[in-house]
Amino acid sequence: MSERTLPPVTQLAMTSLALILIGGIYLASHLPQQVPLTPAWILLGASALLLAVNLIALSRVKDFAWKKFFAVGKWALLAYAITAGLIEFAFLRDGMSGGPLVVLTLSIIIYAIHVPVLIAFTVAQYEQ
Amino acid sequence: MTDLAAVQPSVSTTYTGTPGVPPARPDFQIVPRKGLPIVGVVFAALVAAIVANKLWPLVFLHVAFGAAWTIVDLFMGFVIGPTMGKLPPPARIEVATRLMPKMVLIMPTVVTVTLAAGWQLGMLMGTVNSSYYNHAWIVASYIVVGFMAVIALGLLSPANIAVLSELKKPKPNPAVIQKLMKRFIFAAGFTGTLQVAILVIMTRIRVG
Repeated sequence: MSERTLPPVTQLAMTSLALILIGGIYLASHLPQQVPLTPAWILLGASALLLAVNLIALSRVKDFAWKKFFAVGKWALLAYAITAGLIEFAFLRDGMSGGPLVVLTLSIIIYAIHVPVLIAFTVAQYEQ
Repeated sequence: MTDLAAVQPSVSTTYTGTPGVPPARPDFQIVPRKGLPIVGVVFAALVAAIVANKLWPLVFLHVAFGAAWTIVDLFMGFVIGPTMGKLPPPARIEVATRLMPKMVLIMPTVVTVTLAAGWQLGMLMGTVNSSYYNHAWIVASYIVVGFMAVIALGLLSPANIAVLSELKKPKPNPAVIQKLMKRFIFAAGFTGTLQVAILVIMTRIRVG
């Protein structure tokens, strides 16, 4: 098995997911009180930054199995968009609104993009 | 005299097949299409339970799927994982081609239903409110579930799909499969350990 030099996509994606989860736990643990959204925004921003870094780093990889990456990624994206939709539906059903809803919606979008990227990357990196 | 070593089953973890010839494996679908309608029905039941916002359907979905999540994680991590690790690669591939496609559907479904129903149940009962007397335990459950989510999303799911993708190739690479399965089993074992913490927290919350 030949090892290639690839960007740390898995590590960055897991850190990005951890950041939005910490933001979600921060908001959820204070319900129903209104809490300052600044910490949640900072965590969300850092998570989005890691997503951007991951995508840029991945796009610069030469001789990567892009065909396989997109073939897997599109179906993973569909699957995770459905689960993201279910989570968003639960938030809306519970009457969440305003700043917390925006933070959580953007967090869910990052989740729905980053996980399929991670799955597609893991599969494509072993494609010859 | 019969050579006993030749008739006894091998428990070696090294590949013993013909060099250069990939182990034979049955054909399979990475995502078993027959299971998709079942997943659809389960998600429809989840949406119906959230819309109805009644106690029993939410308790049923949260407890039933939460128990399934816990059992599958513990069983995969502490029973199936070590057992598979001791199988010779051809047998491991046989098990993986039958087990892993099912896991692709089972785990995301079980996790999504447990968490969504659990959150709605918490909203209905008021247990997610910070004024709830056991609030510290509730927050502890968020943290443990957060750890499990990062491991499951970051390591388990990608390894699961990658193993199946490798097995689909005309000549699967046993070294890649072994590496990914090791990652899968490690992640399952770690989440299984965290499931013990969830059992402690949930039973603590239940008794007050």
